[in-house]
This record gives sequence, structure tokens and C-alpha cells, in this order.
Amino acid sequence: MKPARLRLDGISKSFGATHALRSVSLDVAEGEVHALIGENGAGKSTLLKILSGAHGADAGAMELDGRPYRPAGPLDARERGVAMIYQEVNLAPHLSVRENILLGLESSTLGWIDAEDSRQRARAALASLGYGHFPLEREAGSFSIAEQQVIEIARALLAQPRVLIMDEPTSSLTQSDTEKLFTVIGRLRAQGVSIIYVSHFLEECRRIGDRYTVLKDGETAGAGEMRDSGVDSLVALMTGRPVADLYPRISRRMGPVVLETRSLSRPPRLRSASLRVREGEILGLAGLVGAGRTDLVRTIFGLDAAAAGEVAVFGRAANRETPRRRWAEGVGFLSENRKEEGLMLNLPIQDNVTLTKLETFGRLGWIGRRRQAAAARRWTDQLAVKCRGVDQNVGELSGGNQQRVAFARLLEHPARILLLDEPTRGIDVGSKAQIYQLIGDLAAAGKSVILVSSYLPELLGLCDTIGVMRRGELVAVRPRGEWSEPDLLRAAVGEA
Amino acid sequence: MIAALRRILGKAGPFIGLVLVIGLFALPAETRVHFLSYHNFKIILTQTVIVSVGALGMTLIIVSGAIDLSVGSTVALTGVIAALLIQRGWGPAATTLAAIGAGGLVGLLNGSAVAGLRMPSFIITLGMLGIGRGTAKWLADNQTVNYESSPINGWMTTANPSGSALPAGVWVAVALAAATSLLLRKTVFGRHVFALGSNEAAARLCGVPTTRLKIMVFVIAGCFIGLAGVFQLSRLRLGDPTVAVGLELDIIAAVIIGGASLNGGSGTVLGSIIGALIMSVLRNGSQQMGWPNYFQEIIIGLVIIVAVFLDRFRRGGRT
Repeated sequence: MKPARLRLDGISKSFGATHALRSVSLDVAEGEVHALIGENGAGKSTLLKILSGAHGADAGAMELDGRPYRPAGPLDARERGVAMIYQEVNLAPHLSVRENILLGLESSTLGWIDAEDSRQRARAALASLGYGHFPLEREAGSFSIAEQQVIEIARALLAQPRVLIMDEPTSSLTQSDTEKLFTVIGRLRAQGVSIIYVSHFLEECRRIGDRYTVLKDGETAGAGEMRDSGVDSLVALMTGRPVADLYPRISRRMGPVVLETRSLSRPPRLRSASLRVREGEILGLAGLVGAGRTDLVRTIFGLDAAAAGEVAVFGRAANRETPRRRWAEGVGFLSENRKEEGLMLNLPIQDNVTLTKLETFGRLGWIGRRRQAAAARRWTDQLAVKCRGVDQNVGELSGGNQQRVAFARLLEHPARILLLDEPTRGIDVGSKAQIYQLIGDLAAAGKSVILVSSYLPELLGLCDTIGVMRRGELVAVRPRGEWSEPDLLRAAVGEA
Repeated sequence: MIAALRRILGKAGPFIGLVLVIGLFALPAETRVHFLSYHNFKIILTQTVIVSVGALGMTLIIVSGAIDLSVGSTVALTGVIAALLIQRGWGPAATTLAAIGAGGLVGLLNGSAVAGLRMPSFIITLGMLGIGRGTAKWLADNQTVNYESSPINGWMTTANPSGSALPAGVWVAVALAAATSLLLRKTVFGRHVFALGSNEAAARLCGVPTTRLKIMVFVIAGCFIGLAGVFQLSRLRLGDPTVAVGLELDIIAAVIIGGASLNGGSGTVLGSIIGALIMSVLRNGSQQMGWPNYFQEIIIGLVIIVAVFLDRFRRGGRT
């Protein structure tokens, strides 16, 4: 076995009375991909913050290549060769790709940027990821989230890290982008870079990881060689209970068509989409990032105006609709972008849950705050949202709990047609299973769902019908039984 | 310990600040007698009316995530309009309503431009700062607008030291503050304003009519500014197109000292009023201590920075 590059021994950390980490140990060899697994709140984030120097540990020791490692801060950690890729993209959107990659490590002479050298270094970093063709001078903000992430990884590589920590790197990537990322990880591993890989996608962890450590409630629940363990045993370690079927199997009866689009378009991202959703049906939309899935649901909901085509809700066709009208018709939308678009983070839970129907909590424009709070409390109880109370600001909740609040809005309204854009992005397995159950229950109760997801097992597990979008067109809509994962992939990239 | 401190600051932060500045001027024996007199508090309250009424509108605007830099100009403009109407024999009620309407119209222009052209409120109202001031000078023919007399002149008077009643302007400000506070906290409109300021995209997704809401916020705020213009007129007893230069900065400072965030989505009416009072007390006290003008300005500048720093501390380092 290769020598340990990074060794953690008995790391503990408390915040007030909360023990975030209790005597966690971990070692990563040179050129190893080590999967760090655990539900939200298990202590992964705290451990990553200690590794990257954002927090100091209360007890325990860390060693990097045999020497004591106690980073004074993120910059210090980076200089010692421990780099971190965060889940949320952290680019300066107005700067160019090149400027972003070189930020803090500019090639310069007496403060003047050396343009040619900068370009070469940025190009080399991108090329090692297989993205050498990126236009270096374009604004970073004009790229898709997946592409921005590539830029961010390139930036981390510039410092030639010995340990690279990746926190949920694939949560906003499509399958093909994920494959490319795995190729990159393979190359880094071959170069001897040690990688700590944090992901909720256990299949991914199994594919890419050499070894794993599972955290639960701040303690090490298990560790070992990846090839000796299956997804089920990992889930059992994470949750402390055996896996029931992740996806609900409830028999459903489908009713009449409630939503129909005819050649809906909004160029350039949405070219043509015709679909029908029946009462009690879950329609999945698969496709690559940028294939127009989000554009389709946004256009249906009236967030973006359609250029041509038609949307009919409950048989009533209308084109220039606003989100306000859609809510009134009983259509609800869950954004893929929880923080930027989905929730008002510095407002309390109760306002976030009831915003679409405030008028109903009182008369003549007044709000009965008590009734409003009671309505919100009903959902925080039912969905088991961990919070101090419904007057707590949503921004203080964890990702999984925030997503439950976002869902609670659709339930409270209540929406009869739900447009769900990546509803399980960035949340833990336990929350995911609960959201699957919820979606299944909603459909069983006669609600209709359009589910946009980049996670194919989720689409195959949950949907009655799956449509694939490719370059702005909805190319194939078939019952679930006629699809397999490879079929969906082929249709998405255009080989079907 | 820190958490407890944060909670106390969150509940009573601006209020503690007010007590502190009052205490500061009540300590020295030579000023205490006069500073702590009822008459002096009457003067402080009356001096705060214009900034307070403006701060009510500004609280709405800042909570909605916008800013209004044209307030000083609009106060001058509506004051000039009111003076011109008094010259033409209008009564106090009609004059006041007209000034409020003129302020509302300026707000309508601001709000429509911000919402319709999708431009930052900073830019639009910076433009309106010039347009409003210029229009005021134009209407006033570049001089003060004098008139014989009007009952409006009595609304802000504190002349009689033995008189116990507060001037009408103070009571109007108190009543409007209570109404605005209810509007923000208890009504659908108010919660929509918070939602808009907190996250405009999410508010739109939830069906909040964001365009209409932005315009309404500016119109309501404009009406408050129009009323502030009438109070300004009452204090000067003439219409002066060059008055209230920089007033918008005092008003914004009051709202910020009161705990609102320039990023939108947070702020309270009570906080803003206390913010306005803190600045008035500082000005009044500095005068009593015989401190020079420049010293007052430096102190108020420091207070703004300290207030926002403490506010950040209580929110746990987040802005």
C-alpha cells in the first residue's frame, strides 16, 4: 500500500452544545479517490471545513505527507496543497474564463498581467480536463453551470494540489458531463493527486472511489474498500436502517389530459415541444444540460414568454400567461435554483410557504398571522422540517430542509399540476427518499407532475412516462417500460 | 453569551442606541438642565418630523430592495408647488393634498421607469434628483416663493416654550408611522414588499405582481415625500427651491441605522424612526454642547458605520 498522504486522527469539533464531529479518523493514500459519504447534517461539511482551514478542530491531529497539518485558513491550506471545489459555483461572473482561472495566481511582471503566459496556463489547465476548446476571453457568467464548474476545477488545478476535495461536484452535471469529470478524476489520480470525493450519488461514489468513509451523526459509521460494498450496504450505514425500496410503488389511475403543449417554442433554447400530461401522471423529462428542459417548464409556467406554440391548462389554451395566473389555475413550479429563485432566504418559513396565497389568510388585504403560521406549521410537521419554528428564516436551514419548505409551498397552495425542476438536487438520501414518496403520493391523489431530472435512476424509478429533450426539441415520449438507462442516454445525445 | 447579546441587539438595538446618545448629552451638568427639558424634546421631535416622514417612504423602498436618491429634490419641488398654490388662494387641506399628489406623481415616474425600463433605482432616482430640483427652480422662477400667511405655518411651530401641546406635524408623523408599520407587517402588500426585496426572482415565481408592486412602493413613498415637502414649507414659511439638498442621505441613514439592509428584505418602521431620532438628538445635543458643525457631521458619520457594524454582528456576520 502507498504511504498515507493525508491522515486524520480523532478529529472532534463542537459548536456550542452540538457535537458536529466526534473522534473522526480518516486516511487517504497518494493517488487515491476516497469517497466521503453521509446524510446532510452527518458532519461532512464540518470535516471539509476543517480540512480546508475554514474551521479549526477542537481535538485530534492531522498529517499531510507525514508532517503535522494545521492550516491557519483556506489560503494557507491551498498553499500547502489542499484545494477545495465547492458545490456552489464560485466564479466572478463578469470576469473572463482566463481571469477566473488565474484569479490570485496571475502571471505578472511588476503588477502588469502577462497576457500570453496567462493564456497558456489557463489553456493548459482546461486542456488537462479535456476542455481545451473553451473561449478564454468570454465572460464566465455566460457559461452553463456545468461549464462553470469545469472552469472552477481548472482554477484549483493551477495550484497543483496534492489533495483535492470535491464537494458534490456532479450535483448540477448531466450524465455525459459527469463521465467527462470522471475521466478528469482518473487523470488526476494517475498523477498522484489524492481526491476526497463527497457525493450523494452512491453509484458514482462506488464507480469512482477506491475506498470510503461513512459519517453518521458526527461519527465514523463505517469505512472500507469500495469494491467490497454495495449501494445497499452504504445506505444502511448512512441511515442506520436497511434500504426499503427508494421509489414508491403505488398503483395509480390516470384521468383526462390536464396539461398540453403544442409546438411550444422559445428559441434558441426551446425549439419545439409537444406533450400531454394526464391527471395522476408523472411525466419525466430527460436530457443534457442545456437541452431545453428547464426552458420548457419555465415557458409553461409563464416565467418566460413563449415565442410560438400553445399551452392548454385544463383544456383552456392561453399563451401570454404570468406565474400569477398559473398559480390561480392550480399550476405550481419548483425551481432548480433553490437559493437564487426558489426561496426568500432571509424571510421566515411561514412567508415562504404561504406567499402564493397570502390573500386567503385574512380579509381586505390583511393577513391573519396566526392562521398563516398554523398553515405553515402543518407542513413543517408533516414533512419533518428541522427548524426552531415557522418564524425561523429559511436561509438558516440545511439544503434538504430548504427543499421541503419549497415543496410545502406547492402543497399548501395546493397545486394540481406540479412542475418540478431537479427537485432532489443537492439533498441527502434520506430527504430524497421522502421527496420520492411525496411525489408518488401526490400522483396517487390525482395530481399531475412534470419532473425534470438529470438523474436517470430517479426518472426510471418514479415516472409513468419519460420524454427526452435534445437541442431544444422534445424528441421522444414513451411509457417508462419502453426505456432503459442506455436508451435514455442515447436519445439525449442523439444516437437513438 | 454572544448569542444572548445578539438577541438583545436584535430586539432593541436601535433603541439602546437612542438611550445611549440621550445619556451622552444628559451627563454633563452644564447642559443637562436644558437638554433634558420638555421644551427641548419638543424641539427635537419637531426637527425629526421631516426626516421621519421621509424615512417611512424610504423604509418601504429599501425593504423592497430599491433606493430613492431624489427625495431632497422632491421635497423642494412639492414645497414650491404648495407655496405657489397658497399664493393663488388655496386652503391648507387642498394645498396639502396637491403636494402629496405631486409627490406621488414623482414616485409614479420613478417607479414606472424602474419597473418598466428595468433599470436600477439608483440610476433612475439619481436622474430624478436633477430633474426634480430643476423643475422646482423653474416653477419658482429661480427664487423663493413668498406668501402672506397660511395655517400651514403653524404645523411645525415650537415657539411657545410654556405651551405643552406638541405641534400637529409630530402627531401626523406618529400616526403615519403606526399605519406604515401595520401596512408592512400585517398586510399582503407588506409581505409582498418583503418578498420582492428578499428575492425578486422567487417573488415573481410565486406570482407576486412585481412590476405593479415596484410602482406602488414608489408612489406611496412619493406621497410621504410630498407631505414632508409641506412640513418643510411650514418650517420655512416660504417655498424654497434650493432647500433640502442632501436630505435623502439623512433619510437613508435613518433607515439604515434603524436596522434595514440595503440589499432589501429587512427593515422596520420603528427602527427607521429611532434612527431619525438618534440623528436629531445628536445634532441638538452637539449644538447645546457648543460643538462646531463639522464635529456633528463627523459623529453622525461614525454612528452610521457603527450602527451597521452592530447590525451585522447581531445577524452573525451576514449582511
